[in-house]
Amino acid sequence: MVNRRSFARAFAAAGALAFAAGALVPAAAHAQKPLKIGFSMALTGGLAGAGKAALIAMEIWREDINKKGGLLGRQVEFVYYDDATQPAKVPPIYSKLIDVDKVDLVVSSYGTNEIAPAMPIVMRKKLVFPSLFGLAVNDEFKYNRYFQIMPAGPEPKVDWSRGYFELAMEQNPKPKTVAIVAADAEFPINAATGARKNAQAKGLKIVYDKTYPPATTDFTPIVRAIEATSPDIVYVASYPPDSVGMVKAANEVGLKAKMFGGGMVGLQFAAIQKNLGPLLNNVVNYDFWVPEPTLKFPGVNEFLAKYRVAAKDKGVDPFGHYLPPFAYAYLQVLEQSVNAVKSLDQDKLAQHMHKTTFQTVVGEVKFGSNGEWARSRVLFVQFRDVQKDNLDQFAGPGKRIVLYPKNWKSGDIVYPYRK
Amino acid sequence: MDLFLNAIVSGVLLGAFYAAVAVGLAITFGQLDIVNIAHPAFVVVGSYITWILNSRFGLDPVLVGVLAAPVFFFVGALLYRIYYAAFERTGQESLSGLAFFFGVMFIVEVILILVYGVDYRLVSAGYLGENLDIGFIGLPLRLFVPFVVASAMTAAVWLYLSRTFTGRAILAVAQDRLALQLMGADPVKIKQFAFGLAIATTAIAGSLLIMIGPVEPSLGRVYIGRAFAIVVLGGMGSIPGMVIAALLLGVTESFVSSFAGPSWAPAVAFGVLLLTLAVRPSGLFGRA
Repeated sequence: MVNRRSFARAFAAAGALAFAAGALVPAAAHAQKPLKIGFSMALTGGLAGAGKAALIAMEIWREDINKKGGLLGRQVEFVYYDDATQPAKVPPIYSKLIDVDKVDLVVSSYGTNEIAPAMPIVMRKKLVFPSLFGLAVNDEFKYNRYFQIMPAGPEPKVDWSRGYFELAMEQNPKPKTVAIVAADAEFPINAATGARKNAQAKGLKIVYDKTYPPATTDFTPIVRAIEATSPDIVYVASYPPDSVGMVKAANEVGLKAKMFGGGMVGLQFAAIQKNLGPLLNNVVNYDFWVPEPTLKFPGVNEFLAKYRVAAKDKGVDPFGHYLPPFAYAYLQVLEQSVNAVKSLDQDKLAQHMHKTTFQTVVGEVKFGSNGEWARSRVLFVQFRDVQKDNLDQFAGPGKRIVLYPKNWKSGDIVYPYRK
Repeated sequence: MDLFLNAIVSGVLLGAFYAAVAVGLAITFGQLDIVNIAHPAFVVVGSYITWILNSRFGLDPVLVGVLAAPVFFFVGALLYRIYYAAFERTGQESLSGLAFFFGVMFIVEVILILVYGVDYRLVSAGYLGENLDIGFIGLPLRLFVPFVVASAMTAAVWLYLSRTFTGRAILAVAQDRLALQLMGADPVKIKQFAFGLAIATTAIAGSLLIMIGPVEPSLGRVYIGRAFAIVVLGGMGSIPGMVIAALLLGVTESFVSSFAGPSWAPAVAFGVLLLTLAVRPSGLFGRA
């Protein structure tokens, strides 16, 4: 029978137990508190195609790392907001991530125009800033905790097109004139600036050098104006819809240049490749990763297999050769750094990132003093034997032959572009 | 000389396409005084329908545009009903109506993103890669077919508005709503029909847009400024004026791209617009 005293004792014991449990639960929860990585991403608007593909790749990394037990024993969580491809939305997003959401680490959105606006906020808080595909962003900021995963190289503007011009000058007879055309936007203008420097360094005469507004519908007048100057080679810096317009117009006008391409964004995407089909043959364009035997880095095929499953029916690039491996790799850099220094100390992380060569799905990554790759690995690939209306042909090797740099070369150039 | 003639031809081809995008707006904005800022968004919907039926069933893009037009007509008529009930009837159409169509534009974009994603969409048809060479003038079929279809559609709309009873009633409702009411016609029904017709043209304009280049959900925004400028320059509701304005814009853009530099094209084209409006404030064919 329970008397009053035993009841009081039992009640006190239960209370003590509850108190102890209460004290223990927060402690346990604290140990398990997830590690938050914050970023903005272009999930709607003009760059959303790439932004969504990047997010898929990042989520694959998060799953992989959490299966391995997380970072510093904590499960990794993402806190992200859609910047709608609007640079003006980026600074408030990073302020919120840092001050309100209290994220532990930040990484960048996709693209030059979305990375640059975040820089002042990130710099004020002295955070390491792994960044995804911005061209020469740190040229202005000179921030020593900025790390760019795009393999543009130590002099991004010039390195971006160096291979195109080196390839051209290896041909016999050497080209003498060049036309440079670029979209009126930050990335293409930077690319055109670099192309101009390379052309001048190689002694090429620039016979056409103009920009066009991004909302251009018809490119045939532009290509005709280029053709009227009879350039030996043509360097184009353009965004996806313009790249399609340029390639179609070049074929319609019958552009006679010996080399055509250069810095055309969009020719790396499967949907555009399929639509342009044989029109792409012999175009020489930049790329970062293609399924050629010379670029089989450890883990890349496994990653792409996961990406293809995750990307299915999401309305993004089905193969994900261009951006996704790098979106996975910039988190691998962060992961390897956190694991090496065993803390989230931003100073230690930055120091480690500067001195280490990282092993990632995009190969060895070593950053230079300005946070760009210490050595450029901008590939120049040539479209070859592309058939009509066949998406699957781009999944494997043989359609985008690596011509440059020599270390990764998988074939020889077909020159001139139009016979 | 080659460059000169080709620049004119390219400009005319482009201008005809601009006319196809703007003809519906000439009805809604020019004649009905409805600031349908979502008009280009419907053009993009037309492009997506073309892409779906072209990629799944191999249907010709132009055929898809023509088949989709009646469906678009009913969507447009329904949209006008909602607009009328919510804003026009209560006299709040000016600012609230503008906000309404802004909202429609965003909803259309977001639905396209959620359902079909953000990848670029393109169509294929046997003739799209072909070129028609007449002497030294090159006519890419990718632009020539849209030119033919756009011209036919614009001419049909113009003939309909100027030659048929309903067409004239649409012009009448724009001029004097009360007089039309006194004649025994229902202005709301006439406007509903006109709005439906305007949206129906976006189905065909959309099929032309995706023939010319790749399309993504927010592409319509690029055409808002151009389409409204064409309607204003043409004289707010005049179809022949709108066509001439569209051709003027197309030829100016093409000329400047060929001879001066493409980045000057919009500035010069819109400069021509401002100059014309300075000389003729009511537009090219506007009623003074």
